[in-house]
Amino acid sequence: MSEEQIKNLEAQFEARIARDEKIEPKDWMPEKYRKTHIRQMSQHAHSEIVGMLPEGNWITRAPSLRRKVALLAKVQDEAGHGLYLYSACETLGISRDELYEQLHSGKAKYSSIFNYPTVTWADMGAVGWLVDGAAIINQVPLCNTSYGPYARAMVRVCKEESFHQRQGFEIMMKLANGTPEQKELAQDALNRWWWPSLMMLGPTDAESIHTEQSMKWKLKRKSNDDLRQQFIDQTVPQAELIGLTIPDPDLKWNDERQSYDFGAIDWDEFWQVVKGHGPMNKERMKARVGAWEEGEWVRDAAMAHAEKKQARKQKQAI
Amino acid sequence: MKQNLYNYILGIADNSLILGQRLGELTGHGPSLETDIACTNISLDLFGQVRSYFQYAAKIAGDDRTEDDIAMLRKEREYVNVLLVEQPNTNFAYTMARQFLFDVYHLLFLQELEKSKDLTLSAIATKSIKEVSYHERFSGDWIKRLGDGTEESKTKMQDAIDGLWTYTDELFHQTEADKAMVAEGIGVDVTKLKETYYKKVNEILEEATLEIPESKWFQKGGKEGVHTEHLGYLLAELQYMQRAYPNMEW
Amino acid sequence: MSDKKNWPLWEIFVRSKNGLEHRHFGSLHAADAEMALENARDVYTRRNEGVSIWVVESKNITASNPEHNGEMFEPAQDKVYRHPTFYDLPDEVKHM
Repeated sequence: MSEEQIKNLEAQFEARIARDEKIEPKDWMPEKYRKTHIRQMSQHAHSEIVGMLPEGNWITRAPSLRRKVALLAKVQDEAGHGLYLYSACETLGISRDELYEQLHSGKAKYSSIFNYPTVTWADMGAVGWLVDGAAIINQVPLCNTSYGPYARAMVRVCKEESFHQRQGFEIMMKLANGTPEQKELAQDALNRWWWPSLMMLGPTDAESIHTEQSMKWKLKRKSNDDLRQQFIDQTVPQAELIGLTIPDPDLKWNDERQSYDFGAIDWDEFWQVVKGHGPMNKERMKARVGAWEEGEWVRDAAMAHAEKKQARKQKQAI
Repeated sequence: MKQNLYNYILGIADNSLILGQRLGELTGHGPSLETDIACTNISLDLFGQVRSYFQYAAKIAGDDRTEDDIAMLRKEREYVNVLLVEQPNTNFAYTMARQFLFDVYHLLFLQELEKSKDLTLSAIATKSIKEVSYHERFSGDWIKRLGDGTEESKTKMQDAIDGLWTYTDELFHQTEADKAMVAEGIGVDVTKLKETYYKKVNEILEEATLEIPESKWFQKGGKEGVHTEHLGYLLAELQYMQRAYPNMEW
Repeated sequence: MSDKKNWPLWEIFVRSKNGLEHRHFGSLHAADAEMALENARDVYTRRNEGVSIWVVESKNITASNPEHNGEMFEPAQDKVYRHPTFYDLPDEVKHM
């Protein structure tokens, strides 16, 4: 194809997206579109399955049977969400194994919030309420993104995700209304998860590199700073409702903006964690790589068995 | 309170509780995402059963104890699950072998419990049969895959079956509560399940090209509350919150 | 290992309830058809979404090429006589 032909195709392609048409796997697409989508979708998938670990950490210690089944179901959903997203990624011609390889080698990123430890039961509340809350804000607009398989995966994810945040908030509410010791647990968890949750919505617009192109492709509908403001504005009243204090002395309602003003975010910490220096980066990767490597003989055996069975079937047919 | 009925329910439910807890340990660490999701599903089924049983037991007790008190606030010697279900997730072969050796029993047991004169137990059994039929098929399929897979998987699966075989006979031991409940037409006479059990298990093992262990020496004690060393650690996690923060609601 | 065979990809179709058609729900990996069915049950019908599942190994699906969409689908666009509104009837004929 000549350069001009490609330019022409690209122009048609952009026009289709601008008309709100969906792009499907076998459609022609610019290489950059394909690559950007693989990167974003796989990052998203990786975040789901790494995200299973901090919460999985409390399954065996959940304080009641009711909480235990809810947590199990939630972590299981995250595996499901990872699976939907890996599948969406695979429609672009990359295998799940390759994607795992990128994760395990450190080439691919995942949401750095999962590099913080879940140290008390209250963290199950904070993670569900804040981390899932922030994730939903990010995800809902993606149900309308331009790439069909991604949009469809996100519709399913968002539908299932709706119980996750409620699950977390309910845990927090129960703690906040419980004994002084329980309330302290809740406040402590909020203190530790508040700032990482704000960071989770991504670097400030000034520092964010992919935004403009992503907006055009509907991979992103709002800027990081707008999403963050939305998250803060919706979360502060929820904290007040259950009598917890947001750990930000500069947090103040701004009547003019009809939004909360908030204190400075420690971006240095954010970049340190992204670069691998968070408290749990190494453990998270060790757990993922460990599960994959220990599972290899199982996956191989299943394949070998399937082939034997197939061969026997064919022999019978002859 | 009807002590025999109460004890009898614990004898059933503790198996699901401890096995569910073991499977819960694996969530997030399975050999593939799909398998991970499947094992968590089995765990959820088991905990669902546990809640039905313990809610019923709490009602029979007639005091203010809850399902969680029964699940999490007993001492080591008061748990009456069979030794089989408390064995650790040594590797995926052990996990599936443990599951399979229990599932075959579990299904036979529930099919009899469904006929119980106790309508609550019968209803729980009816619901659980559907779940456990699926468990049995799932774990049975894995026995065949790993037994008749690669050399490595065969060795590992044979090792798991050999290792766990010693805990199978206990499934058919009768406790005092068992005998009393059988006499009242409420309980299942587990001694009568034994023959069918080994027949079914052996069929699958043969299909999986595995050796049927010849060992005739069997471990017992779980039903009397005398456990392997593994259980204490499992309970330490299961009970942690209730012990560290007593008398609170979650 | 160079001869490594990974679990192939399967496409999953689910009938939500009797009376409805099977609809494409997504895909997953499995070593064989039985496992694909089991996995599909746990992955795609955890919330009671189905009463029947079909699984098809992805490589067995033949798809039309979007580059041929013009010749494949556009010729149908102007065959308006295939639609009831093409035909003029007097208003007095109410239901036809």
